[in-house]
Amino acid sequence: MKKLLSIFAVVAFAFSAHAGTLDDVKNRGFLKCGVTTGLAGFAAPDDSGEWAGLDADMCRAVAVAVFGDRSKVEFITTTGKSRFPTLASGEVDMLARNTTWTISRDVNLGFEFVGVNFYDGQGFMVPSALGVSSATELDGATVCIQTGTTTELNLADFFRLNGISYEALPIETNDEGKENLFAGRCDVYTTDASGLSSTRAAASNPDKWVVLPEIISKEPLGPLVRHGDHQWGDVVRWSLNAMIIAEELGITSENVDAQTSSNVPEVLRLLGVEGNYGEMLELSNDWAYQIIKQIGNYSESYEANVGPDTPLEIARGLNALWTQGGILYAPPFR
Amino acid sequence: MRSNLGFFSDEKFRSIFFQTLVIGLFALGLFFVISTTSYNLEKRNIATGWSFLQNPAGFDISFSPFLEFKSTDTHLKVYFVGVLNTLLVSVTGCIAATILGFILGIVRLSSNWLLSRLVYIYVEFSRNVPLLLQIILWYSILIQLPRVKQSLQVLDVFYISNRGLYSPRPIFESGFSYVFIAIVLALISSFLINRWAKKRQDKTGQQFPVFSSSIGLIFIIPLILFFILGSPLSFEHPELKGFNFKGGLVIRPEFIAMFLALSIYTAAFISEIVRAGIMSVSKGQREASAAIGLKQTWIMRLIIIPQALRVIVPPLTSQYLNLTKNSSLGIAVGYADLVHGFGGISLNQTGQAIECMAIVMATYLSISLTISFFMNIYNRSIQFKEK
Repeated sequence: MKKLLSIFAVVAFAFSAHAGTLDDVKNRGFLKCGVTTGLAGFAAPDDSGEWAGLDADMCRAVAVAVFGDRSKVEFITTTGKSRFPTLASGEVDMLARNTTWTISRDVNLGFEFVGVNFYDGQGFMVPSALGVSSATELDGATVCIQTGTTTELNLADFFRLNGISYEALPIETNDEGKENLFAGRCDVYTTDASGLSSTRAAASNPDKWVVLPEIISKEPLGPLVRHGDHQWGDVVRWSLNAMIIAEELGITSENVDAQTSSNVPEVLRLLGVEGNYGEMLELSNDWAYQIIKQIGNYSESYEANVGPDTPLEIARGLNALWTQGGILYAPPFR
Repeated sequence: MRSNLGFFSDEKFRSIFFQTLVIGLFALGLFFVISTTSYNLEKRNIATGWSFLQNPAGFDISFSPFLEFKSTDTHLKVYFVGVLNTLLVSVTGCIAATILGFILGIVRLSSNWLLSRLVYIYVEFSRNVPLLLQIILWYSILIQLPRVKQSLQVLDVFYISNRGLYSPRPIFESGFSYVFIAIVLALISSFLINRWAKKRQDKTGQQFPVFSSSIGLIFIIPLILFFILGSPLSFEHPELKGFNFKGGLVIRPEFIAMFLALSIYTAAFISEIVRAGIMSVSKGQREASAAIGLKQTWIMRLIIIPQALRVIVPPLTSQYLNLTKNSSLGIAVGYADLVHGFGGISLNQTGQAIECMAIVMATYLSISLTISFFMNIYNRSIQFKEK
């Protein structure tokens, strides 16, 4: 009996005692990062089987901050539905998964959004043969929609507001959405505009599809962690901010070595030449230098994954720096 | 020490001791699970409680044949829509699987080599391929049907496309209720006639044409009434307007895929149960009834099947339970059943996983227990009555 009780006690301790996530990650030796099941430009395996995309870069940036090595990350795929339980249960350390920051997710679900790595909005894509030019002409259409997303709620609101009817066809993953849309089971596919561009780019003939001009919601997509572990939240938040600040300061993966001898104080602070900001985060002092060196600044990541020169062809738009007409803004590094 | 051992050698004491120990450990384990869960929920600021059921759902469910559903309705209504959709596919699936299973089970025993081999291949194929794959297979076939604008037209009134099967919808006008009442009365009286005829046959040996008189009562009288009342029934035909057909009745491919996969899969198991049941009836029964000159169909209906049912019904019950539980796979093709709607979308939008899952589990448990209850009553009624 005594033995049994002590086993219970040990198990109970194991369940209740939470060491910080940062320590867990360090002890484990690699980061577990939750990503989509495959959304080109955000997180999808590339030709060589390596995960690539804006969200994948976010994961790698955190891995670099902690370990100084961009390969120390395990990508774990999650669906729109499984992502939150996966994070809440501790199966992943963070999510970088096209997830919209909303009050109920931030407050009620017990998560912490640490920033925005892509400002998006919900749009509609239809076959160009339908001859539809505006979403308000979609009365009676069948709409494919990923369940468990904010888009599902926005869609209901949009049609209600405009007094038009529709039939929802709920699907689980982006691939299912593609399959149903291309087969004509639904007339319209709705998701974040970036996701539509990604789906359109993957079609055999992209010209056969048009993305309608209406953007019916604001979808700030960003990485999130479990609520309550502020130290870990800070690491993820400032990994993202470091990439944005690097763009502001004009530091790129190519000129970062030269920048260590810059005379701009903020550059020196960011790169760990001056101050002990890395130690404050319990990271090495050159953590931000390593992120920029190995991943690049925000602009480099954007242009390589979703920018105008990629199949997704998404202009910077809202995602340009605040100094260049966008709303991308990071708090100062001091 | 010795007295302790003495207690232990007492059988009664020992049994009480161990039972208390087991219950105690179980209670301790339960307490541990509940307290850990509530501790962690609180620690992670995850909302708990049942008030979310009254909140508006905010999303739409398009497959809701029994209840009108709008996005402003509550999560509780999402639950009811889900339960009804689960029951719809389970009940229709059970009926189809039973009919198909009985036919196949009997055909399997046929002396026709080709027929029995074909059923053998069917059974081995469908019960050895995972159900989920079969559902996805059917769905993939169904969405390759023509697009809605190129729908196949059958008999001028049915339209088949990958959006589903559209058919005219009957509209009952005033006066149809009399026809309906006539049908109900006819059903009751044919039942009574059947009982009376049986009793009379037992007593006097005289037969009464029960079948043809029932047909007359159920079909011909209401039909005459229908025309006297001036055909109080019209049809609303589906029409292609804009993106979709408007009006009429529609059966969605998601439902058809679920229905086909569930009934075909379960029918394979049922046919084996039926075959086992028939084979459990000893050969002597068949030979004896043939010896007294009964027709082949009568032997099956009056001698073999009633005895086989005693063996068939208990495993048949578990097939019904399996089919009902398997209907939760509807999520794979977007069929809006209980698990998909309430246990999926509502859970995800509210984040209250434990509450939603508890409700879903309790619901499946109630449905299964209800099926078992009625099947047990039926089972008792067909057992040998030993006097």
